[in-house]
Amino acid sequence: MTENYPALLVVVPLLSAFAIYGCSWLHRKSCLPLALLGLAIPFFISIRLLKTVFINGHVSYHLGGWAPPWGIAYEIDPLNALVLLAVSTVAFINLIATSGQIERIFPDRKGAFYALYLLFIVGLLGIVVTGDLFNLYVLLEIASITGYSLIGMGNPDRAPLASLNYVFMGTIGACFYLLGVGYIYIMTGSLNMVDVKGLLPPLYHTSAIIVAFIFCLVGIMIKMGFFPLHFWLPNAYTYAPSPAASLIAPLMTKVMAYVMIRLIISVFSPSFAFSSIQISRGVVWLACIAIIVGAVMALSQRDVRRMLTYIIVSEMGYIVGGAWIGNATAMSGAVLHIINDVLMTFCVFLSLGAIARSTKGYQIENFSGLFKKIPVTMATFVVSGLSIIGIPPTCGFFSKWYLILGAIEGGHYGFIVVLLLSSLINIILFFRIFEEAFFVYPKTNAVHTEGEASIAIAETPFVTLIPLVLTAILLIFTGIYSGSLIALIIKPVVSAGLL
Amino acid sequence: MEFLFTHLVAKYNFWLYIVLMMIGLYAMIAKNNLIKKLVGMNIFQTAIILFYVSVGSKKGGTIPIIEHGAGHTPHGIDPAHYVNPLPHVLMLTAIVVSVSTFGVALALAIKIYQRYKTLEEDEILTRIRES
Amino acid sequence: MKKLALLIVILSGGLLLYATKDFPPWGDPHSPASMHVSPRYLMKSLEETGVPNVVTSILADYRGYDTMFETTVIFCAGIACFMLLRKFEAQSKDVYYRHIPTGITIHVKGGKQIPPTSKEFEKIDAIWTPYDLIINTVSRFLVPFIQLFALYVIAHGHHSPGGGFQGGVILGASIIVVAIAFNLRTAIKRFGEKIDGIMSALGVFIYSGIGAICVLLGAEFLNYGTLARILPVSKIMARSHGILGVEIGVGIAVMAVMVCIYNNVASEGKHDEGL
Repeated sequence: MTENYPALLVVVPLLSAFAIYGCSWLHRKSCLPLALLGLAIPFFISIRLLKTVFINGHVSYHLGGWAPPWGIAYEIDPLNALVLLAVSTVAFINLIATSGQIERIFPDRKGAFYALYLLFIVGLLGIVVTGDLFNLYVLLEIASITGYSLIGMGNPDRAPLASLNYVFMGTIGACFYLLGVGYIYIMTGSLNMVDVKGLLPPLYHTSAIIVAFIFCLVGIMIKMGFFPLHFWLPNAYTYAPSPAASLIAPLMTKVMAYVMIRLIISVFSPSFAFSSIQISRGVVWLACIAIIVGAVMALSQRDVRRMLTYIIVSEMGYIVGGAWIGNATAMSGAVLHIINDVLMTFCVFLSLGAIARSTKGYQIENFSGLFKKIPVTMATFVVSGLSIIGIPPTCGFFSKWYLILGAIEGGHYGFIVVLLLSSLINIILFFRIFEEAFFVYPKTNAVHTEGEASIAIAETPFVTLIPLVLTAILLIFTGIYSGSLIALIIKPVVSAGLL
Repeated sequence: MEFLFTHLVAKYNFWLYIVLMMIGLYAMIAKNNLIKKLVGMNIFQTAIILFYVSVGSKKGGTIPIIEHGAGHTPHGIDPAHYVNPLPHVLMLTAIVVSVSTFGVALALAIKIYQRYKTLEEDEILTRIRES
Repeated sequence: MKKLALLIVILSGGLLLYATKDFPPWGDPHSPASMHVSPRYLMKSLEETGVPNVVTSILADYRGYDTMFETTVIFCAGIACFMLLRKFEAQSKDVYYRHIPTGITIHVKGGKQIPPTSKEFEKIDAIWTPYDLIINTVSRFLVPFIQLFALYVIAHGHHSPGGGFQGGVILGASIIVVAIAFNLRTAIKRFGEKIDGIMSALGVFIYSGIGAICVLLGAEFLNYGTLARILPVSKIMARSHGILGVEIGVGIAVMAVMVCIYNNVASEGKHDEGL
């Protein structure tokens, strides 16, 4: 059984999603336990896989028993294994923390919601672990379609239009990626990543491969929310229902960033991406513009959720810029930032969802005096805010540190300036919320009316609070162990040929 | 000029499908009506499907179903006798994906229509701003 | 917006067209796509899987993992249409009835209804067309033949063009024919929402379940050769039967999802009247 772990990782949530949807028509109470089981097992499998990869360095799995390139293969190296662990952790903790909310908001269609939730995770886990280019497209579409439907269930006025715009832009992105894969197939005849890497070197100067690379990259950048292709992101993540927002916002864009790094490292080798086509400096400058635009747009928002979505745009700028600087330190910094950003964004969205129980809205004014009423929840919000700013010992500091080191080594001083500037802007963004919550007292009495009954603002229930506190502790934990994480990441990066 | 002519005549299938893709892409971005954007999306994806399928064709090849006795040489089955089956398989998947995306997009468009009673994007944005 | 769209289209189209200069000519039997991976499929399919239709053997065996996710995609679309559109509470709106003996139509306002047990009144749609003998009778006769043809397409996927997806769509069409020729309520009475939901989950569960059985028997996921341990056939025929099993699963799932999407989209979630 142990050697089948790579397949079971994806198949167990798949089977439980089908079981949940079937059971929702027969016996509705069993949906939540099945969903928890379906996410707990991949969580443990990803821990075991990380241990195996730590010892062996590489795990390979041939589906159907056929050797690649005739069958589909899974290739797991330390880069994969870490992202897998991050994705499965966030999915599992989010389900535990928001299960109460889901039962309350969607009582009659919760079976469908859990099934789509698990299928979204199946799509993401499959994208991270696959070694076949077309399999990646199919799993990308699973993650996208489930994402569109989960987002469309939000605010009844704005969510369907936001989701439909996401559909259009996401489909363009996925189809561009498919076109790029088609061009690679025409020129090499193979779809397996390792095989294509071996076949490409004599074809590096041909315009077909250059265009294939550009189209794959542009497609992935649309799905990643990289400026200037990010226009779907603010609306889609602001109006999504809260349990779905804390699932999709941390994961989808970062997994797409992982795909970009995987394409650069394992399909088109770094020498092609950085030397044969001279666009790397241009991409780094575009990333700098992305960081600044994200930070400035976040400053102008009064709605805290929208502010956070623009911060996500800014974070994607860090990751893309770090990846394209072109040396091993910056690339490892970018990968570390992917993992840290998954945890940070998850913590901040989850704490915001918990805070929303106690506030009338998401405007900054609604945060008055919250430190006195829900201290623990606000404390987790503060920790995640500090991590996004980049204050040690939270994890955000260490990934920015490696990005700065890599930028100095690569000579991109503009990137360093932009990084520091945006950290300053993040300080302003978060500290004005902290000030409102800590120092400003509300003018009315501390009751929050909801419908007919008045509910006193109380601390968040334990089922949400304990996962929140755990995530906040995890942020600090990841920060302290950054050194060993970097040692783990830098091995596949260097072996791919980056210096 | 002659160079272009050779390329155009030898690969006119690729040119045709790329032009079709661009028509679909233009409709998706430029049109105002949501259903017209959906139609553009369908055209775009269908053109990609046709593009892939045309990659697999071979001059004089027949459908990739091995009949007993046909196409057999003394050394086994001759692959040049049959059309390349792999793009067909990939595009079966792509057709299903296109249908699914279309279904979800239609459901979202119906929800938008139920709320705003119109399908023109500028009118919807005006009504959002008013409310 | 139109200028921006034109710019994007010209830029992408130009790049794509420029890249075609490196492509092998159309129909070249010596292109990399035809020489690298595909020849092995064509040469070895019959002897390794026992299936002459190479497209089916690649779809369900060599690249069967992709097909499982493809079925999952269509399943996601079915759930999404259900989740986004379905309205369970009764709509308080006007209902129309027709008195069968005399042909008089009655308009009942405000959400009240005549109890469904009364035999003299039938509920009609707001856009009602008169009873057409030819359409109703012909579609009633056609449905079993359509379904038989669909089962033929699924089962014969090994030897002729066909397979699970094609057969499943035809099966779904047989139920949609009833919904269009009669009305949506008749189709839902024959093939209800609950059984529809269970069947869509069951179909995909069969596909991944066969793969999971292969894991339990000790081989990789979806390696049908190990089914020879529990079925009394050789390894090659076990692959052929494994392919048939997954095609059946796919057919069931696709049929149920087609009907679910039609029901929810045509009635906008209310399941009372359709097209």
